[in-house]
Amino acid sequence: MLENFVETRGLVRTFGKKNDVVKALDGVSISIREGEIFGLLGPNGAGKTTIIKILTTLLLPTSGEAYVGGFSVVKEANKVRNIINLVSGGETPGYGILTVSENLWFFSQLYGLPSSVAKEKIKRLTVDLDFKKYATTRMAKLSTGFKQRMSLARGLLNDPKMLFLDEPTLGLDVLTAKRLRTYVIDWAKREKKGTVLLTTHYMAEADEMCDRVAIINNGKILACDSPTALKENLKATPIAKIDVSSIQADFSFIQKMRGVVGCSETRSIQTGVTSLKVMAQNEKVFSDIMSKLNEEKLKVLSINETEPTLEDVYIRLVGKGFEQAEEKANA
Amino acid sequence: MLDNLVLNLRVAYARLWVRVKGGNREPEWLVAEMFIPVLTLSAYVFMYRMLHAPPEFTGFVVIGGTMIAFWVNVLWNMSAQFYWEKETGNLEIYLVAPISRMAILLGMALGGFVNTTLRAVAILAAGILIFQVPFSLSEPVTALLMFFLTIVALYALGMLFASLFLLYGREAWHTANLFQEPVYFLSGSYFPTSSLPFFLQLLASFIPLTFGLDGIRQVVILNKGIADVWLNVLVLVVFIFVLLPLSKVALNYMENLGKKEGRLTLRWQ
Ligand SMILES: Nc1ncnc2c1ncn2[C@@H]1O[C@H](COP(=O)(O)OP(=O)(O)OP(=O)(O)O)[C@@H](O)[C@H]1O
Ligand SMILES: [Mg+2]
Repeated sequence: MLENFVETRGLVRTFGKKNDVVKALDGVSISIREGEIFGLLGPNGAGKTTIIKILTTLLLPTSGEAYVGGFSVVKEANKVRNIINLVSGGETPGYGILTVSENLWFFSQLYGLPSSVAKEKIKRLTVDLDFKKYATTRMAKLSTGFKQRMSLARGLLNDPKMLFLDEPTLGLDVLTAKRLRTYVIDWAKREKKGTVLLTTHYMAEADEMCDRVAIINNGKILACDSPTALKENLKATPIAKIDVSSIQADFSFIQKMRGVVGCSETRSIQTGVTSLKVMAQNEKVFSDIMSKLNEEKLKVLSINETEPTLEDVYIRLVGKGFEQAEEKANA
Repeated sequence: MLDNLVLNLRVAYARLWVRVKGGNREPEWLVAEMFIPVLTLSAYVFMYRMLHAPPEFTGFVVIGGTMIAFWVNVLWNMSAQFYWEKETGNLEIYLVAPISRMAILLGMALGGFVNTTLRAVAILAAGILIFQVPFSLSEPVTALLMFFLTIVALYALGMLFASLFLLYGREAWHTANLFQEPVYFLSGSYFPTSSLPFFLQLLASFIPLTFGLDGIRQVVILNKGIADVWLNVLVLVVFIFVLLPLSKVALNYMENLGKKEGRLTLRWQ
């Protein structure tokens, strides 16, 4: 048994030509143990999909090495392909005019499954993932949630030793997302069928599913540990959630105040409230912030100390939240 | 080795099955795909009759109209296919699977051939019934040989195009468009190529359809034999032996280039 089922060393990937180069990955080294559910957590453009594409042999690294199941993704691509599968959220490969089970049968042939075995497997997966009643429906007529169930089923047809899930619950309703998460956890942990690499920008998803999480930003891994350990490290850093009744104000001054480790803001147009999450070196900093908000004539609705979440881990590392990181990326 | 062959044959068969199943599920499409070519072909027959062209021209046009169905299939369902597969996310799934990409192309070609044959037979039958085509055929085996060589050469060209367009987005679509009309003209589907200026004839000779059509017409309408069309046979065989390996090389090359430049699964470019 390989200790690390997936291993990358100093992966670098750039896109574009001379004057317009994007460094999507900047020296990524990760190790994933066999049987683990490993998460890549980071904002838009962090490089998550790029890592998955390299590991699934769809993209070559600019430099560095990557191995899956002991095989080099560059030099032994076909051996890697034998033991993996990929499910990307928000996408439904297949042919709309064919039914769900016809599509799944087709995809099973890409792995050479004998038809009888394939049909048995498809039947089981449609039952397990609750879409048996749509088995004979044309794919084009399925709703997003059921298309995504079909995609996950497709990804499991070949019993991959290594399953790549790129934002598997993107755009799904809460219940379907929950259903798919539970299924994947069962598949990897209870039935011990394989190893999973999952990318997401939902904190709760990473927290619920992953044995270990790597936090990625601008193509660099900033931290990598179990969700508990990552949050544990924040115990010494008090965190407060401050609700302010303004969604227009510029709160960037908070980040520059002494003793502030990081700050994220979530503006809600419906309620007209901005929720600030502030991480500080000590509690005294919070009273400084309160008086500063007062000076700025901003009305504070509430202030509570909170338990750390994975987002706080990110704020701690980067100094701001996902949303602000993404705003900057889009600007 | 053998496992690999079996796997790839399964893949080709499955891709063929998808084509045939998907392509014939909507009866209305089927009718339209048979009816429109018959209409086009009729227009040319009436034109030649008005011009008092020799009676063989009717046969030429009916056969041209039938064979052009295969060319249209090669353009739209081979050349531009990877573009659609990319947009739907299927290409990504093919590429992460441990299969030969040629197996996918082979399946697409065979499936396209089966579907088009269904339509071509209808077009041919309609043409013969409506216009009373004067056939004069004494070497049916030669006719079949000519037909199959033409088809293999055409689909081999389709495979090459598909490979070249692996990385390109909508250009593939425009290019397919670009190739459609001129080929009607150049390949002599509806006009005799011998009436074209020399440089156009030269251009036409790069299209396997030109040689195939000429050969088939000679054998089926003008009652010629293998002794008269051996050059056509030879040229088609050369086409096949050049195009097939070339498309494999092109496919590998484009896949690698795509992986290097990061364009392989990039959408909407
Ligand atoms: N094929 C490509 N060509 C050019 N640039 C690319 C390509 N793929 C990714 N990039 C760039 O590389 C960076 C990382 O992209 P990547 O898709 O890996 O991010 P991500 O973490 O998956 O983001 P998201 O959460 O939005 O999916 C981005 O700046 C992106 O624009
Ligand atoms: Mg992504």
